[in-house]
Amino acid sequence: MLGLLETGSGFWSAVVWVILVLVIGSIVYYIRNKGEKSYKKNTEQDKPFISGNPEKAKEGSHISASHIYWGFTEALKGYYNPLVKMHTGDINDYSGWMVIITVVILIIVGVRG
Amino acid sequence: MNLSNHTPILILAVPLLAAFLIPIIGKINKKATGIFATLALGLSLVLTIILAVKILSVGPQIYVFGAKSSLLTLPSGLKFPIRIMFQIDAMGIFMGLITALVSFLGAIYSLAFIDKKDGSDSYYSLLLLLTVSMFGMEFTGDLFNFFVFLEIASMASVSLICYRGTDLGEPVEAGFKYMVVSSIAALMVLFAIGIFYGEYDVLNIAAIASVVKYSQLDKIALGILVSVLAMKAGAVPMHMWTPDAYSEAPAPITMILVAASQASLYAIFRVVFSLYNITLNTLAVGWIIIIFGLLSMFIGVTMAIIQKDINRLMAYHAISQTGYMFLGVGVGLAVLANPTALQRYGITAMEGGIFHIMNHAMYKGLLFLTAGALFFRTGTRNLDKMGGLAHYMKYTTIFFIIGAAAIAGLPPFNGFASKLLIYESVYKFNPLLSIIAMLVSILTLASFVKVFHSAFLGPKLPQFKEVKEVPRSMVFAMAVLSCIIIFFGLFPDLIVKNLVHPAVMSLIEQFKYTSTVLGGM
Repeated sequence: MLGLLETGSGFWSAVVWVILVLVIGSIVYYIRNKGEKSYKKNTEQDKPFISGNPEKAKEGSHISASHIYWGFTEALKGYYNPLVKMHTGDINDYSGWMVIITVVILIIVGVRG
Repeated sequence: MNLSNHTPILILAVPLLAAFLIPIIGKINKKATGIFATLALGLSLVLTIILAVKILSVGPQIYVFGAKSSLLTLPSGLKFPIRIMFQIDAMGIFMGLITALVSFLGAIYSLAFIDKKDGSDSYYSLLLLLTVSMFGMEFTGDLFNFFVFLEIASMASVSLICYRGTDLGEPVEAGFKYMVVSSIAALMVLFAIGIFYGEYDVLNIAAIASVVKYSQLDKIALGILVSVLAMKAGAVPMHMWTPDAYSEAPAPITMILVAASQASLYAIFRVVFSLYNITLNTLAVGWIIIIFGLLSMFIGVTMAIIQKDINRLMAYHAISQTGYMFLGVGVGLAVLANPTALQRYGITAMEGGIFHIMNHAMYKGLLFLTAGALFFRTGTRNLDKMGGLAHYMKYTTIFFIIGAAAIAGLPPFNGFASKLLIYESVYKFNPLLSIIAMLVSILTLASFVKVFHSAFLGPKLPQFKEVKEVPRSMVFAMAVLSCIIIFFGLFPDLIVKNLVHPAVMSLIEQFKYTSTVLGGM
């Protein structure tokens, strides 16, 4: 069958996957259309509810890249601090790593055959 | 004269000749340089496809330089080859197709991207030289010739990384760093080649492979070649030049630099499979490559998550994705001497790794081009300063979604197909490796969600109200890559069966590689 990729443990067909997604999507769309009909565009219903607080200006509401995954990086500080420190931007370190890795490989190949 | 016999050299000769003609054309008409370079690379792509069809239907092709016949590998009375030759098998042409396609699309994208800047003739000359050197690295059957092409690639790359201007500090710094690490790498490669030449008196890869003893000297040469070529491929912890170079080079050049790094990755595979094969301790060297893969995957993606510069973020992802290739092919190497394991999952792991090379070149190329499109219109690479760009750049947004989904391994895109092959086969070798690979995919998705949200989503920002979609040539290059990504994702079996599997078998079956040159000696 065209599009059937055998993986050694099973198979994968993206064509079948796309057909399934289209079928499921159609069912979801049909159910959605059966829903509430009283929604009106560009009315009060469109406005966000922020517990009665005034809505911020649209331009000021964008969350910039630095604030995304803040908790993730804060929680993994112990991992990130040495890792970032390792990236010095110093060309001597770049060359140094190459020498270290070459030596390590030579030792492994020399000892393990 | 049968011109089809000369296809291997024409693939290089056309862009090489064009590279030297471009400065002359530039004196007459600056605008024509880009079109001329694109035509030359287009012709080179057509020739590469013709050669690929021939190789995949007939078998490996040889092209001997300076001989009476381009097929005469062993002049009468000699038992070893003395001339430089191209030896192109399914793996070599697989890489050649990537190079040809990426360079051609890079040139098309450059038509609008580079148009405004001065020195476009030198830009296109260097782009063509970089392409020629990559073809050379992938096609040559001679170690010293490989070194020469590696040097040409480094020199062209350094100049192109600095292209944005010597008055700007960062591109020059990135270029300088790349020059230093490349020079050290080149000297070490030359030293390793010297070892082979001193030991065996030959430089032809097939000839060395037929007599290699895996002596202490051979082990030294192996260690040097694996480490420096891994550095050139951007493997952790020797990856640090990569974010510098990839982020400072013009976007189409970054796309080609990714393919150039993959040419070095290819060279590692050529060395361990075609040159040494089972003479070396495949398990030990396989694990070295697997560990490169693990470190690159994990450290690459975790460093990407914290980046604010879109190009640096994507550069770290390039490192991370290279890890998958190391992992898949490393597992194949680790079980190379075990025929049962090789058949059960080793070949599939290698197919996943090799297929990922092509997929990565396509989606990473696309992502770097979308990043270039954002820079082209907004003048910044800082994600903190971007937002709401989907309102103005609809095509770029769609292309970014396709590239991001592909790199994160979401179905039905091409990244999913190659990653699935890797997960399911590597799991049988060591389940932990597969689990780490899946975790890295999840983190990749998280990272691209961040980019998508911060650059494309959100309200219209006043500073970008003049922003509009990029010119048509840039959209065209991104559209072609997107179509390839979707096609490879929908019909991965076609690519695996017709391109990837023959490439993997040409690496595994060393005797075929040597007998092509030595005639079954």
